[in-house]
Amino acid sequence: MLSHLPILQVILPLLGAPACLILWRPRIAWAFSFFISALAFIISGLLLKQVWQGGEIVYALGGWEAPWGIEYRIDLLNAFLLLIVSGLSTVVLAGARQSVAREIPAEKQTLFYVAWLLCLAGQLGILATGDAFNVFVFLEISSLSTYTLISLSRQREALWAAFQYLIVGTIGATFVLIGIGLMYMMTGTLNMADLAQRLPEVADTRTVFAAYAFIIVGVCLKLALFPLHAWLPNAYTFAPSVVTAFLAATATKVAVYLLIRFSFTVFGKDFSTFDVPLHSIFIGLGLIAVFSASTVAIMQRNIKRAIAYSSVAQIGYMIIGLGLGSVLGLQATLLHLFNHALMKGALFMAMVAMMLRIGGITVDDIAGLGKRMPVTALAFVTGGLSLIGVPLTVGFVSKWYLVSAAFSQGMWLVALLVVLGSLLAVMYIWRLVEIMYFRESPEQAPRGEAPLTVLLPLLLLVLGNIYFGIDTRLPVSVTEAAASSLLVEAYQGVQVGGAK
Amino acid sequence: MSVLFSHYNYWVVIVLMMIGFYIVIAQGNLVKKLIGLNIFQTSVFILYISAGKVSGGTAPILADGITLYSNPLPHVLILTAIVVGIATTALGLSLIIRIRDTYGSVEEQDVRAAEGNRKQESC
Repeated sequence: MLSHLPILQVILPLLGAPACLILWRPRIAWAFSFFISALAFIISGLLLKQVWQGGEIVYALGGWEAPWGIEYRIDLLNAFLLLIVSGLSTVVLAGARQSVAREIPAEKQTLFYVAWLLCLAGQLGILATGDAFNVFVFLEISSLSTYTLISLSRQREALWAAFQYLIVGTIGATFVLIGIGLMYMMTGTLNMADLAQRLPEVADTRTVFAAYAFIIVGVCLKLALFPLHAWLPNAYTFAPSVVTAFLAATATKVAVYLLIRFSFTVFGKDFSTFDVPLHSIFIGLGLIAVFSASTVAIMQRNIKRAIAYSSVAQIGYMIIGLGLGSVLGLQATLLHLFNHALMKGALFMAMVAMMLRIGGITVDDIAGLGKRMPVTALAFVTGGLSLIGVPLTVGFVSKWYLVSAAFSQGMWLVALLVVLGSLLAVMYIWRLVEIMYFRESPEQAPRGEAPLTVLLPLLLLVLGNIYFGIDTRLPVSVTEAAASSLLVEAYQGVQVGGAK
Repeated sequence: MSVLFSHYNYWVVIVLMMIGFYIVIAQGNLVKKLIGLNIFQTSVFILYISAGKVSGGTAPILADGITLYSNPLPHVLILTAIVVGIATTALGLSLIIRIRDTYGSVEEQDVRAAEGNRKQESC
């Protein structure tokens, strides 16, 4: 049983989805999908423990050995991300029932949970698999269900947002498919470990270069890296509240993982710097993302949209860490993946609570919220502080690592700009705090907290923000080991190729 | 010239890809956009299938007297990709139906205009 954990992780939600359809009653479907998601979370916890103690796990699907069959490969990097994705899905799902009941037409609620489980299965599949083509299949499973989840919202703009996302997402996924095809042409293999060994031999060809370019651009579309981010604000703003919480906490993380996996494991670290100054491109785009998206976030009336733009900015920080290309920089990126999931989870979960109680999410709706919904408002502020990077929150930890990574490479300007970017976050968060605490509530405004089932997951996320900001042992030690093993592995790959 | 003709299927791929891409970007009609997306995806299918062809090889079915086979793996992969493409098209079309129901149009400019009006009203 324990040896089958890597596949169980993916197969449970995949089979759970049609089972959910049979159960039909929304309340039972909710309980069932929560149960499945929680199981996936427990499995990912066990996997992380196994990998931490015993090293990489290789699982041959259906007993077919690697070059012929598909293999799942769990190392520290994807075990860590599996934990983030399944954990956040579980927490958000725990608080989802009332919000779904309110925001989604009754006859579609069961289908909503079906799409959720499929989306979870797709994301976990992308993370677990060691086969390049399998990545594409799972990418499409998660994307198609994401479009569905967004379009289930009652707001009519959601349809348009979902359609735009469908066009852009399909182009991105097709680019990834082209890249995988070109790699297959050159090497005759789809297995990532095999690819890593064989690509250095043909690294100088234009085909491999084109493959890398297609994959990077395709993944960056999914990632919403500036300037390919245009689909994200609309999709996040108009999606049902819980979907936004789920997507913001997980979807972009999975795309960042793909970028790391393809750049460092498959192509090898030194290939990334081969012909184009990819490092400077990533750092440059990351910085532009931080500044442009944060500035736009300051001016939004809809606070969901403001925090969605802030997501684009936070992705910028992750890409800067990646662009630094050092162990410390990569560790900062991985830490920020974890921390950003916690803070965006908390912020969007607070909005789930607001939406449930006051039915709107513009600056007018939340005026005086500090008095009307004190717990939710406080949770929102804590998430916001974490987003800014105030000490004793998780946001501080990853910013600290990012800044010190930039310093250690002598990039003073980058470090300075990262800190300046945080000041912009202070502006858009402070504006919301001011509205919530120092403005009078509208007359006859609804008051009272959201039900406990929503508040408890929210508080759990907020506590996570504070706890992992103080006791940083788990994320820091895991990310440190993951980052150094990635870079060392990539280095060895180049050695093998060079020794030929 | 030999580059042009010996790899003509790759040229077809590139031309189809650009046609599809152009339609996605330039067309305002949502259905046409989706058709463009289909052409774009189809070009990638041809790319994969071309890569699997071994010159002189036959279909990969075991038979007496045949030693050279084409590579069947890209074909199998593309079967999966075709299924994905159909799912995407189906989802896209159903979204278009709902967009038509709510906005009364399948033209991008009409939908955008409706959005713009609503924003002004709510401000």
